[in-house]
Amino acid sequence: MNGIDWDLVRRSLLPLLEGLVRGTIPLTVITFVLGLALAVLLALMRLSGNPVVSGIARAYVSIIRGTPLLLQLFIIFFALPSLGVTLDPWPSAIIGLSLNVGAYASEAVRGAILAVPRGQWEAAMTVGMDRRTTLRRVVLPQASRIAVPPLSNTLISLVKDTSLVSAITVTELLRTAQQIAAPTFDFFTLYGLAAVYYWVVCLVLSFGQTRLETRLSRYVAA
Amino acid sequence: MSAPLLEARGLTKSFGAVPVLRGVDVVVPAGSVTCLIGPSGSGKTTVLRSLNGLETPEAGTVRIGDVAVDWATRPGRRAVSALRDQSGMVFQAHNLFPHLTVLDNVTSGPVLAQHRDRAEARAEARDLLERVGLADKADAYPVQLSGGQQQRVGIARALATRPRVVLFDEPTSALDPELVGEVLRVMQSLAAEGWTMVVVTHEMRFARQVADQVLFLDGGVVVEQGPPSEVLVEPREARTRQFLQRLLDPL
Ligand SMILES: Nc1ncnc2c1ncn2[C@@H]1O[C@H](COP(=O)(O)OP(=O)(O)OP(=O)(O)O)[C@@H](O)[C@H]1O
Ligand SMILES: [Mg+2]
Repeated sequence: MNGIDWDLVRRSLLPLLEGLVRGTIPLTVITFVLGLALAVLLALMRLSGNPVVSGIARAYVSIIRGTPLLLQLFIIFFALPSLGVTLDPWPSAIIGLSLNVGAYASEAVRGAILAVPRGQWEAAMTVGMDRRTTLRRVVLPQASRIAVPPLSNTLISLVKDTSLVSAITVTELLRTAQQIAAPTFDFFTLYGLAAVYYWVVCLVLSFGQTRLETRLSRYVAA
Repeated sequence: MSAPLLEARGLTKSFGAVPVLRGVDVVVPAGSVTCLIGPSGSGKTTVLRSLNGLETPEAGTVRIGDVAVDWATRPGRRAVSALRDQSGMVFQAHNLFPHLTVLDNVTSGPVLAQHRDRAEARAEARDLLERVGLADKADAYPVQLSGGQQQRVGIARALATRPRVVLFDEPTSALDPELVGEVLRVMQSLAAEGWTMVVVTHEMRFARQVADQVLFLDGGVVVEQGPPSEVLVEPREARTRQFLQRLLDPL
Protein backbone atom coordinates (compact mmCIF):
# COMPACT_ATOMS: atom_id res chain seq x y z
CA MET A 1 0.00 0.00 0.00
CA ASN A 2 1.50 3.27 -0.99
CA GLY A 3 -1.31 5.72 -0.29
CA ILE A 4 -3.83 7.22 -2.66
CA ASP A 5 -2.68 8.43 -6.07
CA TRP A 6 -4.55 11.74 -6.12
CA ASP A 7 -3.56 12.47 -9.65
CA LEU A 8 -5.13 9.21 -10.76
CA VAL A 9 -8.25 10.11 -8.79
CA ARG A 10 -8.46 13.45 -10.56
CA ARG A 11 -7.97 11.86 -13.95
CA SER A 12 -10.57 9.16 -13.26
CA LEU A 13 -13.42 11.28 -11.94
CA LEU A 14 -14.74 12.30 -15.32
CA PRO A 15 -14.45 8.95 -17.13
CA LEU A 16 -16.16 7.24 -14.22
CA LEU A 17 -18.90 9.86 -14.26
CA GLU A 18 -19.30 9.11 -17.93
CA GLY A 19 -19.62 5.40 -17.18
CA LEU A 20 -22.32 6.29 -14.67
CA VAL A 21 -24.23 8.74 -16.82
CA ARG A 22 -23.94 6.87 -20.11
CA GLY A 23 -24.05 3.33 -18.78
CA THR A 24 -25.37 2.71 -15.31
CA ILE A 25 -28.10 5.34 -15.18
CA PRO A 26 -29.72 4.75 -18.59
CA LEU A 27 -29.53 0.99 -18.01
CA THR A 28 -31.26 1.46 -14.67
CA VAL A 29 -33.95 3.76 -16.01
CA ILE A 30 -34.73 1.72 -19.11
CA THR A 31 -34.80 -1.64 -17.39
CA PHE A 32 -36.78 -0.32 -14.44
CA VAL A 33 -39.51 1.05 -16.71
CA LEU A 34 -39.62 -2.11 -18.84
CA GLY A 35 -39.40 -4.30 -15.76
CA LEU A 36 -42.24 -2.44 -14.09
CA ALA A 37 -44.49 -2.89 -17.11
CA LEU A 38 -43.64 -6.59 -17.07
CA ALA A 39 -44.26 -6.70 -13.32
CA VAL A 40 -47.76 -5.26 -13.66
CA LEU A 41 -48.50 -7.76 -16.41
CA LEU A 42 -47.19 -10.66 -14.29
CA ALA A 43 -49.11 -9.47 -11.24
CA LEU A 44 -52.34 -9.27 -13.21
CA MET A 45 -51.66 -12.73 -14.65
CA ARG A 46 -51.20 -14.08 -11.13
CA LEU A 47 -54.48 -12.46 -10.05
CA SER A 48 -56.41 -13.39 -13.20
CA GLY A 49 -58.13 -16.41 -11.72
CA ASN A 50 -57.24 -18.45 -14.80
CA PRO A 51 -55.04 -21.30 -13.51
CA VAL A 52 -53.03 -21.62 -16.73
CA VAL A 53 -52.32 -17.90 -16.99
CA SER A 54 -51.44 -17.53 -13.32
CA GLY A 55 -49.39 -20.73 -13.47
CA ILE A 56 -47.26 -19.34 -16.28
CA ALA A 57 -46.60 -16.17 -14.31
CA ARG A 58 -45.84 -18.14 -11.17
CA ALA A 59 -43.38 -20.40 -12.99
CA TYR A 60 -41.66 -17.45 -14.62
CA VAL A 61 -41.19 -15.63 -11.33
CA SER A 62 -39.96 -18.81 -9.68
CA ILE A 63 -37.35 -19.49 -12.37
CA ILE A 64 -36.04 -15.93 -12.51
CA ARG A 65 -35.85 -15.62 -8.75
CA GLY A 66 -34.34 -19.07 -8.41
CA THR A 67 -31.37 -18.52 -10.72
CA PRO A 68 -28.49 -16.04 -10.56
CA LEU A 69 -28.80 -12.86 -12.58
CA LEU A 70 -25.24 -13.29 -13.81
CA LEU A 71 -26.15 -16.72 -15.17
CA GLN A 72 -29.22 -15.28 -16.91
CA LEU A 73 -27.05 -12.65 -18.56
CA PHE A 74 -24.56 -15.33 -19.68
CA ILE A 75 -27.36 -17.38 -21.18
CA ILE A 76 -28.68 -14.42 -23.15
CA PHE A 77 -25.28 -13.18 -24.30
CA PHE A 78 -23.10 -16.30 -24.62
CA ALA A 79 -25.53 -19.21 -24.97
CA LEU A 80 -28.30 -17.86 -27.20
CA PRO A 81 -25.93 -17.46 -30.18
CA SER A 82 -25.64 -21.24 -30.34
CA LEU A 83 -29.39 -21.24 -30.97
CA GLY A 84 -28.84 -18.73 -33.72
CA VAL A 85 -29.86 -15.68 -31.66
CA THR A 86 -27.02 -13.24 -31.43
CA LEU A 87 -27.55 -10.06 -29.44
CA ASP A 88 -25.22 -7.14 -28.83
CA PRO A 89 -24.13 -6.42 -25.27
CA TRP A 90 -26.57 -3.57 -24.66
CA PRO A 91 -29.72 -5.34 -25.86
CA SER A 92 -28.61 -8.43 -23.92
CA ALA A 93 -28.17 -6.35 -20.79
CA ILE A 94 -31.50 -4.58 -21.19
CA ILE A 95 -33.36 -7.84 -21.77
CA GLY A 96 -31.65 -9.65 -18.91
CA LEU A 97 -32.10 -6.89 -16.36
CA SER A 98 -35.70 -6.15 -17.40
CA LEU A 99 -36.73 -9.80 -17.15
CA ASN A 100 -35.14 -9.88 -13.72
CA VAL A 101 -36.70 -6.67 -12.41
CA GLY A 102 -40.07 -7.78 -13.76
CA ALA A 103 -39.99 -10.95 -11.69
CA TYR A 104 -38.94 -9.26 -8.45
CA ALA A 105 -41.19 -6.23 -8.83
CA SER A 106 -44.20 -8.38 -9.72
CA GLU A 107 -44.34 -9.67 -6.16
CA ALA A 108 -44.38 -6.10 -4.85
CA VAL A 109 -47.06 -5.10 -7.34
CA ARG A 110 -49.16 -8.16 -6.58
CA GLY A 111 -48.93 -7.53 -2.85
CA ALA A 112 -49.90 -3.90 -3.35
CA ILE A 113 -52.92 -4.79 -5.48
CA LEU A 114 -54.05 -7.30 -2.88
CA ALA A 115 -53.60 -4.67 -0.18
CA VAL A 116 -56.22 -2.38 -1.74
CA PRO A 117 -59.34 -3.06 0.33
CA ARG A 118 -62.11 -5.19 -1.18
CA GLY A 119 -64.53 -2.35 -0.52
CA GLN A 120 -62.78 -0.29 -3.19
CA TRP A 121 -63.45 -2.95 -5.83
CA GLU A 122 -67.03 -3.22 -4.67
CA ALA A 123 -67.62 0.52 -4.66
CA ALA A 124 -66.22 0.74 -8.19
CA MET A 125 -68.48 -2.09 -9.32
CA THR A 126 -71.56 -0.48 -7.81
CA VAL A 127 -70.97 2.75 -9.74
CA GLY A 128 -70.79 0.62 -12.87
CA MET A 129 -67.09 0.30 -13.61
CA ASP A 130 -65.91 -2.85 -15.36
CA ARG A 131 -62.84 -4.75 -14.16
CA ARG A 132 -60.44 -2.92 -16.44
CA THR A 133 -61.60 0.55 -15.46
CA THR A 134 -61.62 -0.44 -11.80
CA LEU A 135 -58.02 -1.56 -12.08
CA ARG A 136 -56.85 1.50 -13.97
CA ARG A 137 -58.78 4.18 -12.11
CA VAL A 138 -59.26 2.81 -8.62
CA VAL A 139 -56.97 -0.07 -7.74
CA LEU A 140 -53.66 0.65 -9.47
CA PRO A 141 -53.46 4.29 -8.31
CA GLN A 142 -53.84 3.12 -4.72
CA ALA A 143 -51.62 0.10 -5.21
CA SER A 144 -48.86 2.29 -6.60
CA ARG A 145 -48.71 4.19 -3.34
CA ILE A 146 -48.52 0.96 -1.38
CA ALA A 147 -45.84 -0.36 -3.73
CA VAL A 148 -43.49 2.61 -3.43
CA PRO A 149 -41.38 1.28 -0.54
CA PRO A 150 -40.81 -2.23 -1.94
CA LEU A 151 -40.29 -0.91 -5.48
CA SER A 152 -37.78 1.62 -4.19
CA ASN A 153 -35.82 -1.28 -2.78
CA THR A 154 -36.01 -3.02 -6.14
CA LEU A 155 -34.76 0.13 -7.86
CA ILE A 156 -31.85 0.53 -5.47
CA SER A 157 -30.89 -3.12 -5.93
CA LEU A 158 -31.13 -2.62 -9.67
CA VAL A 159 -28.64 0.26 -9.64
CA LYS A 160 -26.12 -2.08 -8.08
CA ASP A 161 -27.10 -5.10 -10.17
CA THR A 162 -26.36 -3.21 -13.38
CA SER A 163 -22.70 -3.69 -12.46
CA LEU A 164 -23.10 -7.37 -13.43
CA VAL A 165 -23.49 -6.47 -17.09
CA SER A 166 -19.83 -5.48 -17.09
CA ALA A 167 -19.32 -9.25 -17.41
CA ILE A 168 -20.99 -9.19 -20.83
CA THR A 169 -18.82 -6.24 -21.92
CA VAL A 170 -21.30 -3.42 -21.45
CA THR A 171 -19.42 -0.26 -20.59
CA GLU A 172 -20.95 1.09 -17.42
CA LEU A 173 -19.50 2.37 -14.18
CA LEU A 174 -17.80 -0.80 -12.93
CA ARG A 175 -16.35 -1.75 -16.30
CA THR A 176 -15.04 1.77 -16.76
CA ALA A 177 -13.30 1.46 -13.40
CA GLN A 178 -11.83 -1.90 -14.40
CA GLN A 179 -10.56 -0.51 -17.67
CA ILE A 180 -8.87 2.48 -16.05
CA ALA A 181 -7.43 0.34 -13.26
CA ALA A 182 -6.04 -2.45 -15.45
CA PRO A 183 -2.95 -0.65 -16.80
CA THR A 184 -2.19 1.05 -13.45
CA PHE A 185 -2.95 -1.92 -11.20
CA ASP A 186 -4.44 0.62 -8.77
CA PHE A 187 -7.66 -1.30 -8.22
CA PHE A 188 -8.13 0.11 -4.74
CA THR A 189 -8.47 3.69 -5.93
CA LEU A 190 -10.70 2.96 -8.90
CA TYR A 191 -13.01 0.48 -7.20
CA GLY A 192 -13.19 2.79 -4.21
CA LEU A 193 -14.24 5.67 -6.44
CA ALA A 194 -16.80 3.51 -8.22
CA ALA A 195 -18.21 2.47 -4.83
CA VAL A 196 -18.63 6.13 -3.86
CA TYR A 197 -20.48 6.84 -7.10
CA TYR A 198 -22.87 3.94 -6.56
CA TRP A 199 -23.44 4.98 -2.99
CA VAL A 200 -24.25 8.57 -3.90
CA VAL A 201 -26.78 7.45 -6.50
CA CYS A 202 -28.47 5.19 -3.95
CA LEU A 203 -28.49 7.99 -1.37
CA VAL A 204 -30.24 10.27 -3.84
CA LEU A 205 -32.77 7.55 -4.60
CA SER A 206 -33.50 6.96 -0.92
CA PHE A 207 -34.07 10.66 -0.48
CA GLY A 208 -36.40 10.69 -3.48
CA GLN A 209 -38.27 7.71 -2.04
CA THR A 210 -38.96 9.55 1.19
CA ARG A 211 -40.25 12.59 -0.64
CA LEU A 212 -42.44 10.52 -2.93
CA GLU A 213 -43.94 8.63 0.01
CA THR A 214 -44.79 11.91 1.71
CA ARG A 215 -46.36 13.29 -1.42
CA LEU A 216 -48.42 10.20 -2.14
CA SER A 217 -49.72 9.94 1.40
CA ARG A 218 -51.44 13.32 1.28
CA TYR A 219 -54.88 11.81 0.79
CA VAL A 220 -54.42 9.01 3.29
CA ALA A 221 -55.43 9.17 6.94
CA ALA A 222 -52.51 9.80 9.28
CA MET B 1 -101.70 -2.19 -9.90
CA SER B 2 -98.41 -2.01 -11.79
CA ALA B 3 -95.57 -4.43 -11.07
CA PRO B 4 -93.27 -3.50 -8.22
CA LEU B 5 -89.97 -1.89 -9.25
CA LEU B 6 -87.84 -4.44 -7.42
CA GLU B 7 -88.80 -8.03 -6.85
CA ALA B 8 -86.57 -10.68 -5.32
CA ARG B 9 -87.89 -14.19 -4.81
CA GLY B 10 -86.55 -17.20 -2.96
CA LEU B 11 -83.04 -15.91 -2.32
CA THR B 12 -80.95 -18.77 -1.00
CA LYS B 13 -77.32 -18.61 -0.02
CA SER B 14 -74.86 -20.45 2.18
CA PHE B 15 -71.31 -19.67 3.14
CA GLY B 16 -69.66 -23.07 3.08
CA ALA B 17 -72.04 -25.41 4.85
CA VAL B 18 -73.78 -22.62 6.77
CA PRO B 19 -77.09 -21.53 5.28
CA VAL B 20 -77.36 -17.77 5.56
CA LEU B 21 -80.42 -17.03 3.42
CA ARG B 22 -83.18 -19.60 3.32
CA GLY B 23 -85.66 -18.33 0.76
CA VAL B 24 -85.99 -14.59 1.18
CA ASP B 25 -88.50 -12.49 -0.76
CA VAL B 26 -88.18 -8.74 -1.06
CA VAL B 27 -90.77 -6.77 -3.01
CA VAL B 28 -90.31 -3.03 -3.34
CA PRO B 29 -92.80 -0.74 -5.10
CA ALA B 30 -91.39 2.24 -6.97
CA GLY B 31 -90.90 5.31 -4.83
CA SER B 32 -91.10 3.43 -1.55
CA VAL B 33 -88.69 2.90 1.31
CA THR B 34 -88.06 -0.60 2.64
CA CYS B 35 -86.14 -1.12 5.86
CA LEU B 36 -84.44 -4.42 6.65
CA ILE B 37 -84.01 -4.97 10.35
CA GLY B 38 -82.88 -7.93 12.40
CA PRO B 39 -80.21 -9.20 14.75
CA SER B 40 -76.55 -9.34 13.82
CA GLY B 41 -75.82 -12.25 11.51
CA SER B 42 -79.45 -12.60 10.42
CA GLY B 43 -78.50 -12.07 6.78
CA LYS B 44 -79.49 -8.42 6.16
CA THR B 45 -76.26 -7.49 4.41
CA THR B 46 -76.33 -10.68 2.38
CA VAL B 47 -79.87 -9.94 1.18
CA LEU B 48 -78.89 -6.40 0.19
CA ARG B 49 -75.76 -7.56 -1.64
CA SER B 50 -77.76 -10.22 -3.44
CA LEU B 51 -79.90 -7.48 -4.95
CA ASN B 52 -76.89 -6.09 -6.84
CA GLY B 53 -74.84 -9.23 -7.29
CA LEU B 54 -72.05 -8.40 -4.86
CA GLU B 55 -73.05 -11.75 -3.39
CA THR B 56 -73.99 -14.66 -5.60
CA PRO B 57 -76.97 -16.57 -4.21
CA GLU B 58 -77.32 -20.22 -5.12
CA ALA B 59 -80.96 -19.81 -6.01
CA GLY B 60 -83.64 -17.20 -6.32
CA THR B 61 -84.42 -14.40 -8.73
CA VAL B 62 -83.91 -10.66 -8.65
CA ARG B 63 -85.67 -8.27 -10.97
CA ILE B 64 -85.26 -4.51 -11.03
CA GLY B 65 -87.38 -2.78 -13.64
CA ASP B 66 -87.07 -5.00 -16.68
CA VAL B 67 -83.65 -6.43 -15.85
CA ALA B 68 -83.87 -9.84 -14.25
CA VAL B 69 -81.38 -12.42 -13.05
CA ASP B 70 -82.12 -16.02 -12.12
CA TRP B 71 -79.34 -17.00 -9.75
CA ALA B 72 -79.99 -20.71 -10.18
CA THR B 73 -78.83 -20.49 -13.81
CA ARG B 74 -75.41 -19.12 -12.77
CA PRO B 75 -75.70 -15.87 -14.73
CA GLY B 76 -72.54 -14.53 -16.38
CA ARG B 77 -70.68 -11.35 -15.57
CA ARG B 78 -72.60 -9.35 -18.17
CA ALA B 79 -76.02 -10.26 -16.84
CA VAL B 80 -74.97 -9.51 -13.28
CA SER B 81 -73.52 -6.12 -14.15
CA ALA B 82 -76.66 -5.26 -16.10
CA LEU B 83 -78.60 -5.92 -12.90
CA ARG B 84 -76.06 -4.03 -10.80
CA ASP B 85 -76.38 -0.99 -13.05
CA GLN B 86 -79.99 -0.63 -11.97
CA SER B 87 -79.05 0.23 -8.40
CA GLY B 88 -76.64 2.36 -6.42
CA MET B 89 -75.13 1.40 -3.09
CA VAL B 90 -74.14 3.22 0.07
CA PHE B 91 -71.78 1.22 2.25
CA GLN B 92 -71.40 1.14 6.00
CA ALA B 93 -67.71 2.03 5.62
CA HIS B 94 -68.48 4.57 2.83
CA ASN B 95 -65.73 3.08 0.60
CA LEU B 96 -65.01 6.43 -1.02
CA PHE B 97 -62.05 6.47 -3.40
CA PRO B 98 -59.34 8.07 -1.23
CA HIS B 99 -57.18 9.23 -4.14
CA LEU B 100 -59.99 11.21 -5.76
CA THR B 101 -61.53 14.50 -4.70
CA VAL B 102 -65.10 14.60 -3.50
CA LEU B 103 -66.26 15.83 -6.90
CA ASP B 104 -64.32 13.13 -8.74
CA ASN B 105 -65.78 10.53 -6.42
CA VAL B 106 -69.27 11.67 -7.32
CA THR B 107 -68.55 11.80 -11.06
CA SER B 108 -66.69 8.47 -11.06
CA GLY B 109 -69.76 6.50 -12.12
CA PRO B 110 -71.14 8.91 -14.73
CA VAL B 111 -67.73 9.68 -16.28
CA LEU B 112 -65.64 6.51 -15.90
CA ALA B 113 -68.40 3.93 -16.23
CA GLN B 114 -71.29 5.54 -18.07
CA HIS B 115 -69.10 7.72 -20.30
CA ARG B 116 -71.45 10.65 -19.97
CA ASP B 117 -70.37 14.14 -20.94
CA ARG B 118 -67.81 15.26 -18.38
CA ALA B 119 -68.93 18.85 -18.00
CA GLU B 120 -72.54 17.82 -17.67
CA ALA B 121 -71.65 15.13 -15.13
CA ARG B 122 -69.68 17.62 -13.06
CA ALA B 123 -72.54 20.10 -13.06
CA GLU B 124 -74.92 17.38 -11.99
CA ALA B 125 -72.47 16.22 -9.31
CA ARG B 126 -72.31 19.74 -7.90
CA ASP B 127 -76.09 19.78 -7.67
CA LEU B 128 -76.00 16.48 -5.82
CA LEU B 129 -73.34 17.77 -3.43
CA GLU B 130 -75.52 20.81 -2.84
CA ARG B 131 -78.43 18.51 -2.02
CA VAL B 132 -76.41 16.60 0.58
CA GLY B 133 -75.11 19.88 1.99
CA LEU B 134 -71.51 19.60 0.79
CA ALA B 135 -71.30 22.09 -2.06
CA ASP B 136 -68.23 23.66 -0.46
CA LYS B 137 -66.34 20.35 -0.19
CA ALA B 138 -66.15 19.50 -3.89
CA ASP B 139 -62.38 19.83 -4.03
CA ALA B 140 -61.60 18.21 -0.68
CA TYR B 141 -60.25 14.67 -0.37
CA PRO B 142 -62.32 12.14 1.58
CA VAL B 143 -59.76 11.99 4.38
CA GLN B 144 -60.37 15.69 5.08
CA LEU B 145 -64.05 15.10 5.87
CA SER B 146 -65.89 13.97 8.98
CA GLY B 147 -67.56 10.57 8.99
CA GLY B 148 -70.97 12.11 8.40
CA GLN B 149 -69.70 14.16 5.50
CA GLN B 150 -67.97 11.12 3.98
CA GLN B 151 -71.20 9.18 4.16
CA ARG B 152 -73.11 12.01 2.50
CA VAL B 153 -70.56 11.99 -0.32
CA GLY B 154 -71.15 8.25 -0.54
CA ILE B 155 -74.84 8.95 -1.01
CA ALA B 156 -74.16 11.57 -3.68
CA ARG B 157 -71.86 9.13 -5.48
CA ALA B 158 -74.55 6.45 -5.42
CA LEU B 159 -77.20 8.85 -6.78
CA ALA B 160 -74.94 10.18 -9.54
CA THR B 161 -75.40 7.11 -11.72
CA ARG B 162 -79.17 7.79 -11.72
CA PRO B 163 -80.03 4.38 -10.26
CA ARG B 164 -83.59 3.15 -10.07
CA VAL B 165 -83.06 1.88 -6.52
CA VAL B 166 -80.61 2.95 -3.84
CA LEU B 167 -79.34 0.29 -1.44
CA PHE B 168 -78.03 1.35 1.97
CA ASP B 169 -76.14 -1.02 4.29
CA GLU B 170 -76.21 0.42 7.79
CA PRO B 171 -75.13 3.85 6.57
CA THR B 172 -74.92 5.30 10.07
CA SER B 173 -73.56 2.39 12.10
CA ALA B 174 -69.94 3.44 11.80
CA LEU B 175 -70.65 7.06 12.77
CA ASP B 176 -70.27 8.91 16.02
CA PRO B 177 -73.75 9.41 17.48
CA GLU B 178 -73.76 13.17 16.92
CA LEU B 179 -73.16 12.63 13.17
CA VAL B 180 -75.97 10.15 12.61
CA GLY B 181 -78.66 12.79 12.28
CA GLU B 182 -77.13 14.65 9.34
CA VAL B 183 -77.01 11.43 7.29
CA LEU B 184 -80.50 10.29 8.24
CA ARG B 185 -81.92 13.71 7.37
CA VAL B 186 -80.42 13.47 3.88
CA MET B 187 -81.93 10.00 3.48
CA GLN B 188 -85.27 11.26 4.71
CA SER B 189 -85.24 14.04 2.13
CA LEU B 190 -84.40 11.53 -0.62
CA ALA B 191 -87.36 9.45 0.44
CA ALA B 192 -89.54 12.54 0.27
CA GLU B 193 -88.27 13.22 -3.25
CA GLY B 194 -89.50 9.81 -4.28
CA TRP B 195 -86.30 7.76 -4.47
CA THR B 196 -86.81 4.03 -4.13
CA MET B 197 -84.68 2.87 -1.23
CA VAL B 198 -83.80 -0.38 0.51
CA VAL B 199 -82.15 0.35 3.85
CA VAL B 200 -80.51 -2.03 6.30
CA THR B 201 -80.59 -0.17 9.57
CA HIS B 202 -80.73 -0.31 13.33
CA GLU B 203 -82.22 3.19 13.49
CA MET B 204 -85.76 2.38 14.56
CA ARG B 205 -86.89 5.99 14.66
CA PHE B 206 -85.83 6.36 11.03
CA ALA B 207 -87.62 3.15 10.11
CA ARG B 208 -90.78 4.22 11.89
CA GLN B 209 -90.86 7.70 10.34
CA VAL B 210 -89.60 7.03 6.82
CA ALA B 211 -90.20 3.38 5.88
CA ASP B 212 -93.22 2.27 3.93
CA GLN B 213 -92.52 -1.32 4.87
CA VAL B 214 -90.26 -3.07 7.34
CA LEU B 215 -88.84 -6.58 6.92
CA PHE B 216 -87.69 -8.31 10.06
CA LEU B 217 -85.06 -10.95 9.28
CA ASP B 218 -83.87 -13.66 11.60
CA GLY B 219 -81.86 -16.75 10.78
CA GLY B 220 -81.97 -16.07 7.06
CA VAL B 221 -85.74 -15.84 6.72
CA VAL B 222 -88.17 -12.93 6.75
CA VAL B 223 -89.99 -13.53 10.00
CA GLU B 224 -92.38 -10.64 9.74
CA GLN B 225 -93.09 -7.80 7.37
CA GLY B 226 -95.50 -4.94 7.00
CA PRO B 227 -95.83 -1.23 7.58
CA PRO B 228 -93.71 0.09 10.45
CA SER B 229 -96.82 0.91 12.43
CA GLU B 230 -97.45 -2.83 12.64
CA VAL B 231 -94.03 -4.49 12.65
CA LEU B 232 -92.38 -1.98 14.94
CA VAL B 233 -95.30 -1.00 17.13
CA GLU B 234 -97.37 -4.12 17.55
CA PRO B 235 -95.38 -7.05 16.15
CA ARG B 236 -97.16 -10.36 15.74
CA GLU B 237 -94.12 -12.58 16.11
CA ALA B 238 -92.42 -13.28 19.43
CA ARG B 239 -88.95 -13.06 17.83
CA THR B 240 -89.71 -9.57 16.51
CA ARG B 241 -90.94 -8.46 19.94
CA GLN B 242 -87.85 -9.89 21.57
CA PHE B 243 -85.56 -8.14 19.10
CA LEU B 244 -87.27 -4.76 19.54
CA GLN B 245 -87.30 -5.20 23.30
CA ARG B 246 -83.55 -5.77 23.30
CA LEU B 247 -82.98 -2.65 21.21
CA LEU B 248 -85.03 -0.55 23.61
CA ASP B 249 -83.42 -2.00 26.68
CA PRO B 250 -79.95 -3.39 25.90
CA LEU B 251 -79.25 -4.17 29.55
N1 LIG C 1 -67.97 -13.78 3.26
C1 LIG C 1 -68.50 -14.54 4.23
N2 LIG C 1 -67.96 -15.75 4.50
C2 LIG C 1 -68.49 -16.54 5.46
N3 LIG C 1 -69.55 -16.22 6.20
C3 LIG C 1 -70.14 -15.04 5.98
C4 LIG C 1 -69.64 -14.13 4.99
N4 LIG C 1 -70.41 -13.02 4.98
C5 LIG C 1 -71.34 -13.23 5.95
N5 LIG C 1 -71.19 -14.42 6.54
C6 LIG C 1 -72.07 -14.98 7.58
O1 LIG C 1 -73.37 -14.96 7.11
C7 LIG C 1 -74.28 -14.60 8.15
C8 LIG C 1 -75.11 -13.41 7.74
O2 LIG C 1 -74.25 -12.32 7.54
P1 LIG C 1 -74.77 -10.88 7.19
O3 LIG C 1 -73.57 -10.03 7.08
O4 LIG C 1 -75.69 -10.92 6.04
O5 LIG C 1 -75.58 -10.50 8.50
P2 LIG C 1 -76.16 -9.10 8.94
O6 LIG C 1 -77.58 -9.33 9.27
O7 LIG C 1 -75.85 -8.06 7.95
O8 LIG C 1 -75.37 -8.83 10.29
P3 LIG C 1 -74.82 -7.46 10.92
O9 LIG C 1 -75.99 -6.80 11.59
O10 LIG C 1 -73.83 -7.93 11.91
O11 LIG C 1 -74.23 -6.66 9.82
C9 LIG C 1 -73.43 -14.35 9.37
O12 LIG C 1 -73.48 -15.50 10.18
C10 LIG C 1 -72.06 -14.15 8.83
O13 LIG C 1 -71.09 -14.60 9.76
MG1 LIG D 1 -74.60 -6.37 7.95
